[in-house]
Amino acid sequence: MASLANPTRFSRLSAKALPILLTLAGVLIAAGLWLGLIASPADYQQGESVRIMYIHVPAAWLALFGYTALAACGLFALVWKHALADVLAKAIAPVGAAFAAITLVTGSLWGKPTWGTYWVWDARLTSVLILFFLYLGHIALTRAFEDEARGARAAGILAIVGVVNVPIIKWSVDWWSTLHQPASITRFAAPAIDPSMLRPLFVMAAGLFAYFFAVVIMRARAELAARKARALAIAVAGRADLDVPAAAGRPA
Amino acid sequence: MSMLSQTLALGGYGAYVWPAYGFAAIVLIGLFVAARRRLVRAERDAERMRAALRTPNSRS
Repeated sequence: MASLANPTRFSRLSAKALPILLTLAGVLIAAGLWLGLIASPADYQQGESVRIMYIHVPAAWLALFGYTALAACGLFALVWKHALADVLAKAIAPVGAAFAAITLVTGSLWGKPTWGTYWVWDARLTSVLILFFLYLGHIALTRAFEDEARGARAAGILAIVGVVNVPIIKWSVDWWSTLHQPASITRFAAPAIDPSMLRPLFVMAAGLFAYFFAVVIMRARAELAARKARALAIAVAGRADLDVPAAAGRPA
Repeated sequence: MSMLSQTLALGGYGAYVWPAYGFAAIVLIGLFVAARRRLVRAERDAERMRAALRTPNSRS
């Protein structure tokens, strides 16, 4: 991780990783769609609506993972002033926000036929909505200042403070027994899901993780290239200025 | 009802399942296309500036 913090090394490694990640994402998501939509059975209680879970659950994992990564970037940027941390945070935030939005919308579409409502102010649903707003706040703060470094700093502080919401989301279903059911997949017990349904879930999750890293790398590389272009533009303008006095006869 | 439309109906849940997948697809494809466009443009800008710096006395 520390060795990746060097922008030059990041550029080199990410250029190699990107095609691999994009291929993995394409293949795994295609396989996940096949498994989730065609090669898996309907649930005995949820019926065919269970197929929504194969996007909903991986999207929720990524929304949480993305926010944790965002907070880690904020910490690295504030404490150790890593050159790459702000770039990565700026790259991650919209991707994480997209996954939070997908979590909310797909969950809502599953809730209607299953719970009878698109939305309730249940602890899990509300805390994920807050996660989505934290992402939006991060995006807004990053762009709120003329001075880019100040925006990144403010957004970084928001990311670090907001990370308290991550364990709240994780354990909300156990702390408050409202509507959303507890996790079916835990580290300490055998999952309460049949392998025929675990397969599409994990394949889709792996594909979406690959997609997440691929898009974050693309966005980070774009940001680095844009910064490079700005720095070079200043160098070009500086040289043009040096040329002008001689040409116009102004004192240098 | 034809076989296809029966399959797509997903036992009455099609009205929820397809919008869920559709929304995810639109968001994820849109994000990818935007990221790629941004990357191509930024790299082109950087390359143009590098070229401008290489050419002597360029004022572009």
